[in-house]
Amino acid sequence: MTALTDLTVAELRDGFRAGDFSAREAAEAFNGAVASAKGLNAFIVETPEHALAAADAADKARAAGEAAKPLAGVPLAIKDLFCTKGVQTTAASHILGGFKPVYESTITAKLWDAGAGMLGKLNMDQFAMGSSNETSAFGNVISPWRRSDGGNAPLAPGGSSGGSSAAVAARIAPAATGTDTGGSIRQPAAFTGICGIKPTYGRCSRWGVVAFASSLDQAGPMARTVKDCAIMLEAMSGFDPKDATSLDMPVPAWEAGLSADLKGKRIGIPKEYRVDNMPAEIDALWRQGIEWVKDAGAEVVEVSLPHTKYALPAYYIIAPAEASSNLARYDGVRYGLRELPEGAGLQDMYAATRAAGFGKEVKRRILIGTYVLSAGFYDAYYNQAQKVRALIARDFDNAWEQCDLLLTPTAPSAAFALGEKSADPIAMYLNDVFTVPSSLAGLPAMSVPAGLDGQGLPLGLQVIGKAFDEQGVLNAGLALEQRAGFMRRPERWW
Amino acid sequence: MSVDTATVRKVAGLARIAISDGEAEALVPELNNILGWIEQLQEVDTSSVEPMTAVIPSQLRLRDDLVTEGDIRDQVLANAPQAEHGFFAVPKVIE
Repeated sequence: MTALTDLTVAELRDGFRAGDFSAREAAEAFNGAVASAKGLNAFIVETPEHALAAADAADKARAAGEAAKPLAGVPLAIKDLFCTKGVQTTAASHILGGFKPVYESTITAKLWDAGAGMLGKLNMDQFAMGSSNETSAFGNVISPWRRSDGGNAPLAPGGSSGGSSAAVAARIAPAATGTDTGGSIRQPAAFTGICGIKPTYGRCSRWGVVAFASSLDQAGPMARTVKDCAIMLEAMSGFDPKDATSLDMPVPAWEAGLSADLKGKRIGIPKEYRVDNMPAEIDALWRQGIEWVKDAGAEVVEVSLPHTKYALPAYYIIAPAEASSNLARYDGVRYGLRELPEGAGLQDMYAATRAAGFGKEVKRRILIGTYVLSAGFYDAYYNQAQKVRALIARDFDNAWEQCDLLLTPTAPSAAFALGEKSADPIAMYLNDVFTVPSSLAGLPAMSVPAGLDGQGLPLGLQVIGKAFDEQGVLNAGLALEQRAGFMRRPERWW
Repeated sequence: MSVDTATVRKVAGLARIAISDGEAEALVPELNNILGWIEQLQEVDTSSVEPMTAVIPSQLRLRDDLVTEGDIRDQVLANAPQAEHGFFAVPKVIE
């Protein structure tokens, strides 16, 4: 029999329902995998008892003949950005050290209501600020992948959802929650050979998710297959009156709607995404992807998104500006760390607490955000960036007159070694060049593993869709997945 | 636009983050590097564009003016570094 930890979310759900194994057996198998994978540093907190309690409830309901819940029998891993009642939630920052929420985020509450249990809280870039998982206060997450050159250089699992990507790729969790502000689901999915989808802004409630940049933050699932992403996204989505920007729309039956037939679909290839210095392997994979979607019946058209090159600089004004405002709440008064130097007053306490609690990259972004919002600079920076953002959204609207979906690479390179880019913030920011524009426009987008580079590392292709068309994105993802036939997994060294 | 040590100190003060002299000096080239890079936005003609306020068009909802939760003082205070007599406690503010 296949090891339970090799099963997908769909296989776990269906196998549990068929009586092939108990939910407890599945939970124990994944709890064991989590406990034996410390070398990845993917988890900040392990919660085997939570997974077992959900499993026992599922087993009991099955024994009583009750209808199985959508995710009964499936244990999940949760990014540490989601507040989980009674379980430490830190956003991988010292400033939230020891914080145990007294409430549950809407998304995790939905997952538990659907019958899932929690394996633990996943490591991540601090406050989701990073693309390599090197800004965590709990140490780097190490990718389960290694280059095939025989070197053992530890590689970045991507970021900010690096614990999520590492855990799913290493098969210590069948699926995980992620969050995506500028690419934080899609880039780590691409780096580790898994799938991840960021839905339309507003699909998944932000309530109880530690805020980074509220006009961009959007949660989504990361899993090994497109189908698993559809299952997870259905469970995570839905209107929430507690989130002012939550979409008040029904959640489509994405899993039931899956189809790899792309006949009648027009897929756009944005010419501005052919950036300088793009590795030949990524360009070749992109061309391969074009052939795959044609094979699935789609018509391919070249389109133009003329403001693409301004997306990253606009993002690095808007996201830090929103972060500087959101992170003002960490004041050492209501929760988390307090630093109180001898004889300090209130203002000194704030400054000392924030100096001690925030990591270097977080401070850098707060300072940039504070500067661009400060008197005299607001128009030149923040307002200009929001105007450019409107132009970027207009580019997409114009493209939709010629096509239904866009196909691009997910990231401009395969996974890099830890430490390789950490000295140069801008080199790190450039990792998000293909993912940031759709974030700025609030559009659904997903990464699907499509091949390996010359060093044996995974590469991903990205599908971007119109607002609310997650189904179109998932279907094109499925067509790519079927044709790519990506079966490789990292060899266990951890 | 570029920053100097005095500006970095001022911004850090506004952001309520204590920095040492050494940190302030180190931050000057770091921030100028990033600010120089985002400066390219100035070349975009935005004279006919309104700044974006919502990525997905939506209307702010109103809800009934009812108490939906409350009586959770102890929960609100549960994570406070220092809570006393049912309040958040802070160092003395008025001399």
